[in-house]
Amino acid sequence: MARIHEYQAKALLAKHGFQIPRGGPASTPAEAARIAESLGGSVVIKIQAWTTGRKAMGGVVFADTPQQVEDEAKRLLAMTVGNFPVTEVLVEELVPIDQELFVSLALDDAARAPMILLSLVGGSGIEQRAGQVHRLACDPKAGPDEAKLKALIAASEINAKLHDQVAKSVQGVFEVAKTYEARSLEINPLVTTTDGRVIAADCRMTIDDYAVFRHPELGIEIARELDHPPTALERIAYEIEQADHRGTFYFAQLNTKAAEGSKGLVGFHGAGGGGSMMSMDAIMSEGFTIANFTDTSGNPSAAKVYRAARIILSQPGLVGYFGSGSGVASQEQFWSAYGLTKAFLELELNIPAVIRLGGNSEDRAVEVLEDACKDLPAKVEGYRKDDSPRMISQRFAELIAESDAALWQPRDPKLPAFVGTGTSIPINGGKVWIDSASCDTKTTQLVIEQSSGLLKDEGGVPVLAVSEEDAVGKDSEFIACEIELRRAGKPVVYVELDVPGLDELIGAVATIGGGN
Amino acid sequence: MAVLIDEKKRVIVQGITGREGQARTKLMLGYGTNVVGGCTPKKGGQEVEGLPVFDTVKEAEAFCRGKHGGPADVSVVFVPAKLVKAAAIEAFEAGVKLVVLVPDRVPVWDAIQIADVAKSHDAHFVGPNTLGIISPGKAVLGMIGGRAESAKAWFKPGKVGVISRSGGMSSSTAYYLGKVGIGLSTICHVGGDSVLGLRFPDVALMFQDDPDTEAIVIFGEIGGSQEEDLAALMKEGRVTKPVVAYIGGKAAKEGTRFSHAGAIIEGGKGTHDGKVKALTEAGATVVTSFGDLPEAALKAIGSN
Repeated sequence: MARIHEYQAKALLAKHGFQIPRGGPASTPAEAARIAESLGGSVVIKIQAWTTGRKAMGGVVFADTPQQVEDEAKRLLAMTVGNFPVTEVLVEELVPIDQELFVSLALDDAARAPMILLSLVGGSGIEQRAGQVHRLACDPKAGPDEAKLKALIAASEINAKLHDQVAKSVQGVFEVAKTYEARSLEINPLVTTTDGRVIAADCRMTIDDYAVFRHPELGIEIARELDHPPTALERIAYEIEQADHRGTFYFAQLNTKAAEGSKGLVGFHGAGGGGSMMSMDAIMSEGFTIANFTDTSGNPSAAKVYRAARIILSQPGLVGYFGSGSGVASQEQFWSAYGLTKAFLELELNIPAVIRLGGNSEDRAVEVLEDACKDLPAKVEGYRKDDSPRMISQRFAELIAESDAALWQPRDPKLPAFVGTGTSIPINGGKVWIDSASCDTKTTQLVIEQSSGLLKDEGGVPVLAVSEEDAVGKDSEFIACEIELRRAGKPVVYVELDVPGLDELIGAVATIGGGN
Repeated sequence: MAVLIDEKKRVIVQGITGREGQARTKLMLGYGTNVVGGCTPKKGGQEVEGLPVFDTVKEAEAFCRGKHGGPADVSVVFVPAKLVKAAAIEAFEAGVKLVVLVPDRVPVWDAIQIADVAKSHDAHFVGPNTLGIISPGKAVLGMIGGRAESAKAWFKPGKVGVISRSGGMSSSTAYYLGKVGIGLSTICHVGGDSVLGLRFPDVALMFQDDPDTEAIVIFGEIGGSQEEDLAALMKEGRVTKPVVAYIGGKAAKEGTRFSHAGAIIEGGKGTHDGKVKALTEAGATVVTSFGDLPEAALKAIGSN
């Protein structure tokens, strides 16, 4: 689920009638000091990071003066959580806490309904007090049962004057979660104060990825479950997914360095969620570290698979490229083979690749991949549905052990000379270039044969046989044409596909020395 | 016998005139599914694959009763994700008792509402985000297997039931079982989302009641509580047929999702280890490598 920061979640709570501590987010120490000054008195400063246990890692501190706030904020804004820098802190007034309660909403897959967890005895170690947590089933429309909720609160030791406010807060959690289609919403703690208020002192909230489109007001940039704010590469990948809905494309970075004792960092390219998970398990049990999770499935276009491969190969330090999904795919697998082949050829892949292309048309897929890549400096091997994930993982390990290639360095694709000078046909997200000058009668004939009816012979050179409108969505067919012509020794067609932002990123990686 | 679908069940298709709807109707018919017609709003009067198209489920349902001797048993839904809720509710209200929701990206609060309406109509649904269900040699719902000839070649009829949380791995599991000679009664992909209609325990109970299913093979995943709930049924003695399982996602870190919305560990629940432990303690055979699944299934049938 897409995550939002504590201060964003609290703003939503406030909009729906909750009391929250006064304060606000800051991205510089000076800004933090200004907020503290306007609040007056002691404050709490909290890093805004997608993690639990902020206190234990020193990410929550108290300060009494604006100068102290500035110093502490400076330290907090220099922190990293995992591989990712902290960019914002939340500065808030201290509230006079009487009791600390806990309320959260989760979606219960067994009940197929929301479920409220409620603890009326308070504290910060909720996991240790599981026995004191009440589970309240929710009606999907109305929320928790009012009578049950009131009875629980009545039996608690909470100040009787605040019972209505606490009940309203619990119902409020349901309403806010429903309004913003949260997958989870947790207020820990919900505090009662010595001056008779009920305040949401902290809040964690995640939004359902699939509903983000209905909530532009949340400003969620990437509707994806990630345990960190999106990396530059993840942003680029997400743009590609948004621009091309043929099949799905997932990309998440997991590791930037191989683990201690690992056989190396692997670029992973799966197909289908379950098949990918199973394949990652297989490659990990061979002793490798997985750099990224990628899934292109649901009949993806060759262009999407190509772009996915380009993104995977923008990660420095890989020892090899491993592709494997369910192995018995319902879709036609040669499209994926064309996309991968195109990326491998123009990046002149020099680390071993093992790709399992099992499923419909697997023979054609494997033949395309292996034949087209046979002159590359690294071994590229294709496998079928009868080749098990374990077998191909072992084969991958053998190839890595035999290989004397250096670690992978991201690079720009090598373009043929006629790109930019030859004839071009616009397609979605790119152009098809044709080297008309090199087209003799025989070559033109071959181009037409491989063009899926998209090109025809006019005056001895290939030209578009369909309208430009009909051609723009045929990127996969043009990619197939390009690869088949390369295999035939007549590389006169090249499909130029944009991957917005990638060239700049690779340039940046190169200048900082590969990031190893 | 088989569960959920066979060659006799009358099937309608919602969104039958769309690209997916048309393509899948053709494949379902090609495999032997008794598809009788379909509907798409404002497309009534058209034909798809020689089948009549109606504006509403109600009209398609009435046609089914009139011309095919009984109610529509199943509706398979191929509409855009944001329209799935309305489509499912329309089907329940028209009296359809089993609705198969193929689309993915259905908002989870929509799925919750769908479940609520299904319950009040005493109806069931599979999905969202299901590749479908296939009873080899009989009929298919959804898009499992792709082309009919592939589905025929890959999946053999027999006495083992398969339940999977992964679409691709439903095919894959079935195929590898077939390679060691194990035939299948029904393969059900319950869907990749976190809130689903029929879940592992529901389908396992159907297999338990099916006299021709002798063992159950499951492809589980991290996240949620389907595997744990199945283990609880086994402990209670309500599922007594042998269960052989593989659980994917050992590599996953908490909070990172691997495509399936349901396959995410939240709040430390739904971990790989927890699922393996629950199933093992309940008497299931849990293999650590997917490749060991067929052999383990062979042993399980032998011991039954």
